[in-house]
Amino acid sequence: MRILVFLFLMVPSCILAAGSSAPIPLDSVAPDLSDKASLQRGARTYVNYCLGCHAMKYQRFQRVAEDLGISQETMMANFVFDPSKKFGSHMENSMSVENAKQWFGNVPPDLTLYTKLKGGPDYFYTYMRSFYEDSTRPFGVNNLLYENVGMPHPLVHLQGVQRKVCKNVPKIAKNGGEMRDPLSGESIIEERCGDDLLVRGISPLSLVEGSGELSADSYDGLIYDLTNFLYYSGDPSRLERERLGGFVLLFLAFFYVFAWLLGREYLKEFH
Amino acid sequence: MLSLQQSMKNIMNWIDARLPVTETYEKHMSKYYAPKNTNFWYLMGVLATVVLVNQLLTGIWLTMSYVPTADGAFASIEYIMRDVNYGWMLRYMHSTGASAFFLVVYLHMFRGLMYGSYQKPRELVWIIGMVIFVALMAEGFLGYLLPWGNMSFWAGQVIVSLAGAVPIVGDGLATWVRGDFNISGITLNRFFALHVVLVPMLLLVLVFLHIVALHEVGSNNPDGIDIKKNTDEQGKPLDGIPFHPYLTLGHDLPAIVAFFFIFSIVMFYFPDGGGYLIEAPNYEKANPLKTPDLIAPVWYYTPFYSMLRAATFPFLGLDAKFWGLVVMAGAIFLPAVLPWLDRSKVKSIRYKGLASKVFLAVFVVAFFILGYLGVQHPTPLKTFIAQICTAIYFSYFLLMPWYTAAEKTKKVPDRVQMR
Repeated sequence: MRILVFLFLMVPSCILAAGSSAPIPLDSVAPDLSDKASLQRGARTYVNYCLGCHAMKYQRFQRVAEDLGISQETMMANFVFDPSKKFGSHMENSMSVENAKQWFGNVPPDLTLYTKLKGGPDYFYTYMRSFYEDSTRPFGVNNLLYENVGMPHPLVHLQGVQRKVCKNVPKIAKNGGEMRDPLSGESIIEERCGDDLLVRGISPLSLVEGSGELSADSYDGLIYDLTNFLYYSGDPSRLERERLGGFVLLFLAFFYVFAWLLGREYLKEFH
Repeated sequence: MLSLQQSMKNIMNWIDARLPVTETYEKHMSKYYAPKNTNFWYLMGVLATVVLVNQLLTGIWLTMSYVPTADGAFASIEYIMRDVNYGWMLRYMHSTGASAFFLVVYLHMFRGLMYGSYQKPRELVWIIGMVIFVALMAEGFLGYLLPWGNMSFWAGQVIVSLAGAVPIVGDGLATWVRGDFNISGITLNRFFALHVVLVPMLLLVLVFLHIVALHEVGSNNPDGIDIKKNTDEQGKPLDGIPFHPYLTLGHDLPAIVAFFFIFSIVMFYFPDGGGYLIEAPNYEKANPLKTPDLIAPVWYYTPFYSMLRAATFPFLGLDAKFWGLVVMAGAIFLPAVLPWLDRSKVKSIRYKGLASKVFLAVFVVAFFILGYLGVQHPTPLKTFIAQICTAIYFSYFLLMPWYTAAEKTKKVPDRVQMR
């Protein structure tokens, strides 16, 4: 028994050792697959802004419609722009490999499994909110999370322009605490830029007021919906799986009681 | 007119005269006497059998929709996950089952180490078991390539390239295994054939032999006492009990249900196991131009992978990679000769001396540390720790003839102890 306890204590310590090596801390996001309205909005954003370049070739329009509660008519009229595609078609696009390489240097990745590939939805959520203006890049934008990414910011007219700026932040003393004015007790402020801010856990990005159609909160909401949709598409059976799992566990727990009672009768013969 | 019971009896007599069904049933089930004092650790064998059946059944159904080509494999997995009715369940049962298989087999082997189950007269049971373990490792490795994800590809690349470390014939050997100069669709095809036909057949035969050999010599128990020494007038062991129905229904059925409960929690709610059961890079199709940040095998290979990487210096004019291969192969095969390394007069850890207990405990800790290091980027310090743990792993076996012979053992009671 002592050995068992030891084993159970050892195993989680190994599992907790997982780590990632993103250049900036990821903003955590809690997807909600039961929020059909959010998923529908995410799907709409995806087909309007993403699908042209990023195929979702393992997912079918029909499956999305059924899972998200979208009727076939609505789907075909508002989500499927390619007349050659049928309701049951995979969500592919018409960009050729040659064109993609010429335009972007590489084929934009398929996003069906993207949140799974990135170990969760946080990466995508952070990425879509980390574009900033950078005139040295071919598309005029760069990304904090993915340095020198070969992708334009397709939602810049909604979000607006973000710039890398310097910010006034409290000065840090040698002992690691905030440096304070000895008389007033107020924090001493200094200007810090770029990586210096990142090290302090502060985003060096600032939104140019009025440059986008959406407020910062609305844009975050839009990206949340899109992230939610990608989270769904990575494993569309998740809700069904978790629902079914509950019944299976209930049945097994119920069955265990009787298996144990039956077993107890036989164990009486042991003594 | 004959009663139903009488006609059934006649049918059985007719069959038994031609095929020993009743005799076999009695020998292996209703009149096979197993020790009464078996505990938790003795459930792992039946659980391994249950998982084997799970793997075979789900595997057969997965094969119905899987496409074993470099172009089609990855997409066919997503087809199974999305378009096949309950395909996700079959796939997750199979992937979770692979990890569960190794978990119960490791616990099963640890039981053997603890209670001296490998000692005379069970040497062949143990050796056949070790062959099963090696076949299982091969089966897991072959199956890991099949989803054709990026980690599948690179893990295959790394492991097959190990063959290239063998002096002189190495490169040719690696090419022969792959059937190509690189891991390719050709490799995928042959791995598929081996994974679904050859190795499962081998496993079935070996498991059959494992059980036949076990039933010939009888099961060991936590006291390491031979129950056949104390029998009643009819020759039945006093400390034994018929395997069926007492152990099958008394111990095994509740254990199987409990096992499925834990299995279902993982399978339905954490099928990726936090990236340790299905790794994130495997959600991207194999790409020979894109190496994952860290190529690490699945958790059940990591202790041996650590030992492979622990060899860092050339020796006798042969490079470190070759010695890594030797160390890893040695680590896998060495336990097979345990019956001849253990010189103790007693079987069970309960009656062995302090040295055996300390060596076993340190061995287990070293094995866990090696497992942990196997999924980490190597650093000089981590490599050094891996080397120490490798030395501990080997000394557990290689020093056994001395510490088991020298230590003072406790007196073994005549009858099994019910705890």
